[in-house]
Amino acid sequence: MSGKTSVRGDHRLVADLVEPGSRVLDIGCGDGELLDLLVREKQVDGRGIEISQAGVNACVARGLSVVQGDADSDLADYPDDAFDFVILSQTLQATRAPRVVLDQLLRIGSNVIVSFPNFGVWRNRLQLMFLGRMPVTDYLPYSWYDTPNIHFCTIRDFVSMCEETDAHMVKAMALNARGEPVGFTAPWWVWNLIGEQALFLLKR
Amino acid sequence: MTQETSPEAAPNSAAKGETGGTQASASPAPLSEMDAPSSQVRAFGGDTALRLDSGALLDPWQIAYETYGTLNAERSNAVLICHALTGDQYVASSNPITSKPGWWSMLVGPGRPVDTNLYYVICANVLGGCLGTTGPASTNPATGKRWGLDLPLVTIKDMVHAQAILLDHLGIETLFAVIGGSMGGMQVLQWASSYPERVFAALPIATAARHSSQNIAFHEVGRQAVMADPNWCGGRYFEKGVRPSKGLAVARMAAHITYLSDPALHRKFGRNLQDRDAVTFGFDADFQIESYLRHQGMTFVDRFDPNAYLYLTRAMDYFDLGADFGGTLARAFLHSATRFCVMSFTSDWLFPTSESKAIVRALNAAAANVSFVEVESDRGHDAFLLDEPEMFRTVVGFLTGAAHARGIAAPNGGAA
Repeated sequence: MSGKTSVRGDHRLVADLVEPGSRVLDIGCGDGELLDLLVREKQVDGRGIEISQAGVNACVARGLSVVQGDADSDLADYPDDAFDFVILSQTLQATRAPRVVLDQLLRIGSNVIVSFPNFGVWRNRLQLMFLGRMPVTDYLPYSWYDTPNIHFCTIRDFVSMCEETDAHMVKAMALNARGEPVGFTAPWWVWNLIGEQALFLLKR
Repeated sequence: MTQETSPEAAPNSAAKGETGGTQASASPAPLSEMDAPSSQVRAFGGDTALRLDSGALLDPWQIAYETYGTLNAERSNAVLICHALTGDQYVASSNPITSKPGWWSMLVGPGRPVDTNLYYVICANVLGGCLGTTGPASTNPATGKRWGLDLPLVTIKDMVHAQAILLDHLGIETLFAVIGGSMGGMQVLQWASSYPERVFAALPIATAARHSSQNIAFHEVGRQAVMADPNWCGGRYFEKGVRPSKGLAVARMAAHITYLSDPALHRKFGRNLQDRDAVTFGFDADFQIESYLRHQGMTFVDRFDPNAYLYLTRAMDYFDLGADFGGTLARAFLHSATRFCVMSFTSDWLFPTSESKAIVRALNAAAANVSFVEVESDRGHDAFLLDEPEMFRTVVGFLTGAAHARGIAAPNGGAA
């Protein structure tokens, strides 16, 4: 589940959302960079799920508690309200059933943090419009036939899914290519055009 | 009422007389190893008698063990290694019967993943075993004869209980880690469940929280092979001066297949013939795999007591940790502060990954601290005993992280 995108500049922002000392599950935790940050700086009781053995081993070698598994099949094993924060960072677009995964996240965690690449960003729209090809960018470097990202969505798509699942949006941010928040509030359509990534804090 | 016998004091000179030579199936393991082993041994009884799961009282009893490394001043660096069905206490030192190096010496030793420069490692022969801890081949003090089937059945819980009593007498309150594979992994799970406050970290490898129907079936085949040998004599073969070596060898051959995998067998033996160019149209060991299995069977009977094989396979069959908690395995680990690292191997069909995942699920449901790694290997169940770098890396990483949390200084600056 790791390495879907070349930039993961959202770690700092995610960390700012997490309350110190809370129970945290990071799904698709890769080599444990974010989890390690949370354990060190926020003293969280952190757990992770990672699909690649190399990722899990890297995490375990750092002293993190990480289980080999994947978001699509293994979230059902966790009890309700098991965690204060459940984090799905840059992974939603790589799941087989994003809607089911979101339901599971909301069941397991009191707070859910989701970040994903926004497919509706102007750069992608231009590539489709003028080249007529699936967008390939520095941020999304894969060709359509070998990408792990099988369920791209735009910010507006995600918002409408949240509305369908009755998820309560506590916070939403559009981020630029460097993972910094777009420093002004704007209607969804503006964020959907200029945001390279999006970061949401949801509650049931 | 305890007493300690140092290795030097063990009267194992008699062993040489009893075994005679190194002839294969005819010469059983030195009987002295069963009562007065080459390793350290502690005897218990009276107020430290052992109340077994079955309700029976074992009094007196003894436990044989080996230690490696040094216990630190805080007594916080003790690691217990639990051995598998046919293992023994010689985890990282030469086995006195086979003279082979320790069965897990790739994992345990100076500079190894379980680094004896850092940890104080203890490994005890299991209750019901045959290398010095009370088992069916030990002398029953009440009769002066070997226990045989008069020994009450023992369980995984009894084994762990016996180890806990040993640790009490070694002055070890908490274990930094408990590590074991297969039947050893069952003991690890039992430790974490029975004595959560005594286990800081637990590493159950290639194991299950309950023995599957298929595995009970294989064990039954093995036991029937032993008991069908006319030399078994209802378990009283010592008194008759015979030994059911054929039966035990067949049991071992059948079991050994379950420890491997089809790809591993194919890679190692294929359909290759043994020292011949063509099949002989007879029942000699034409194929290398047959010759290999016969060798495995024959060498096994030299070092293992047939009745102990019956007892230990039975102990595994009876193991069902969840059943002790109303059928909900998660309740076995409720409120556990132990850090777990569960490990399985892709080609292990005896204790498949699904069994390890069931443990992980239960630990997650109990909100326990758990890591889980499935190691890619085509060597089947045996992989946990072999040179598997991914397993070693995981053990090092997990123990280093746990040592950091426990405040045990890592050697060489803690290279993970």
